[in-house]
Amino acid sequence: MRASRWLIPWIVPVALLLAWEALTASGLVPARKLPAPHAVMLAFWSLLQSGELIQDALVSTGRAATGFAIGATLGFAFGLAAGISRLAENLVDGSLQMLRMVPHLALIPLVIVWFGIGEGAKIFLVAVGVFFPIYYNTYHGIRTIDAGLLEMARIQGLRGPALFAHVIFPGALPSILVGVRYALGIMWLTLIVAETIAGNSGIGFMTMNAREFMQTDVVLLGILVYAGLGKLIDSLARLTERKALAWHPSFSRA
Amino acid sequence: MASLVQPRLGGIHRQVSKVFFSEEKKQKTFAPGGVEIAVQGVSKSFDHRQILTNINLTIQPGQFIAIVGRSGSGKSTLLRILAGLETPDSGHIHRGTATQSDIRIMFQDGRLLPWRRVIDNVTLGLPIADHPRARAALDSVGLADRARDWPRILSGGQRQRVALARALAANPRIILLDEPLGALDALTRLEMQALIEALWQRARFTAILVTHDVAEAAILADRILLIEDGEIGMDLAVDLPRPRRTGAELAHIEEVALGRLLRQ
Repeated sequence: MRASRWLIPWIVPVALLLAWEALTASGLVPARKLPAPHAVMLAFWSLLQSGELIQDALVSTGRAATGFAIGATLGFAFGLAAGISRLAENLVDGSLQMLRMVPHLALIPLVIVWFGIGEGAKIFLVAVGVFFPIYYNTYHGIRTIDAGLLEMARIQGLRGPALFAHVIFPGALPSILVGVRYALGIMWLTLIVAETIAGNSGIGFMTMNAREFMQTDVVLLGILVYAGLGKLIDSLARLTERKALAWHPSFSRA
Repeated sequence: MASLVQPRLGGIHRQVSKVFFSEEKKQKTFAPGGVEIAVQGVSKSFDHRQILTNINLTIQPGQFIAIVGRSGSGKSTLLRILAGLETPDSGHIHRGTATQSDIRIMFQDGRLLPWRRVIDNVTLGLPIADHPRARAALDSVGLADRARDWPRILSGGQRQRVALARALAANPRIILLDEPLGALDALTRLEMQALIEALWQRARFTAILVTHDVAEAAILADRILLIEDGEIGMDLAVDLPRPRRTGAELAHIEEVALGRLLRQ
C-alpha cells in the first residue's frame, strides 16, 4: 500500500513522457516544433557540462532573490505600518489599493525608459510585483488578529516590541506566509517576462537566444528549469510554513 | 452516573487539598494581599444609552465579590471599568496602592495565544526572573505536565485553568473574572469553582466575579451585588462557612437573589 501511494502520482507524468517520445519518434510531430524528451535530456546534459546552464540559472536566481528581498521588505514595512497605525492606513492604503490594480508588467515600457534594459529594470519589476501581495497580506493579517487577544496582552502588560513579538507578528504570520507563496509565483512570472524581453544572461535569455537558432530542445529545457526552480522554492516555502505554523490546526500533523 | 461523577470530583479534590497542604510552603511566593477598591459616582453611557448610573461601592481588601444581573444590565461594563479597560464618563475608581500591573482578568473565552505553548502563555508579560512563579501557578492549577502542549489540544476546562494560572502568575492584588466558567459543562464548572476558591483563599487577592449564575455567586462570594438598569439593586452579604456545597442557608441566599432578579 505504501509503495503504491508513492507510485500513483508518477503514473500520469511518465505516461505523458512515453506518449510524447512515441509521437516524435513516429514522425507525427516534427522534431523542429517539439523535440523528443531524450533530445531535451541531451540538451540538458551538454549545457550542464558547458557550465552555461548553471551560470544562467544562478543569474536568474540572483535577480529573483534581490528583487524579492527588496519588494518583500518594503511590502512588510508598509503592511506593518498600515496594520498597526490608523494614520498610516489612511495615508497609504487607498493609494496602494489603487496601484495594486495596475498589472505591474504594464510598467515595462516605462521601466525600460527609466532603467534601460540592464539589471535595474528586472530587479525593479520583480520588486514591484512582490511588494503588493506581501503588503496586502501583512496588513490584512494584522487587522484580523482577534481583538480579544490584543486586549488580553495589554492587560498582561505587553507593549511595543514585546506586543509585536508575542501577538502581532505570530498572529499575522499565517496570512503573511500566504502572501509570500503568492509573491514567489509572481516573482518567477515577472522574471521570465523581463528576461525574455531584454538581457544577455539568465534562463529567459537562454531560451530566447535558442529560439533564434531554432534550438527548440533548449527552449523546452529553459521552461523545465523555470518549473523546477519554482517547485523547489515553493517546497521551501511550504516547509517554512509547516515549521513556523506548527501550532495551527491546518499545519499540525497530530 | 455516580460512577462517572466520583472520579472527576475526586480528581479536583486531590488538586484542592494539594493547594491547601502546600499553603505554608508557598506563602512567600504568593500573597502580596488584596487591595481596597472604592468606586465613587461612576456613570457610563454608550451611544446615548445609559449603561451605569452613579455607582458607589467600596470593596474590602481580599474580599470575594460576585456581580450578578441580567444580560445588558451593565455588569460587564462595570468590570471593564474596574479593570481600566473603559474610562467612566464621570466618577472615580480608587485602587489604593495597586497599579495597572496588579490587576489581571480572566475572560470567558480564555484568550490563550494559540501560537504559544501552555507555559509560554502563563509567562506572557512576566520578566524572566518571575518565570518560576509561572511554573508554580501552572502547577497549582494541576497542569504542570501540560506545559509544553499547544492550547489547541486542551479541553475547555483545561484552557480556563491555564487562563487562571496566567492571571495568578503575576501575583496580582485584584483578579477580575468575567463569566470565566460560563462556557463550561456543569461538572467542570464545579471543579473550577473549588479551584478558584482554594487559590483565592491562599493568595487573598481581591476577587470580583461577574456571573449570570446565582448559585455560583452564592457558593463563591462574600458579597453579592445585583446590578439592574445600571444601578446596584441589591447588596447581599453571604456570611457562610467555606467550602459551601449545599444546605438550607445557601439555598436561601440563592432564593433571595434569584427572586430579586426575576422580579424585574
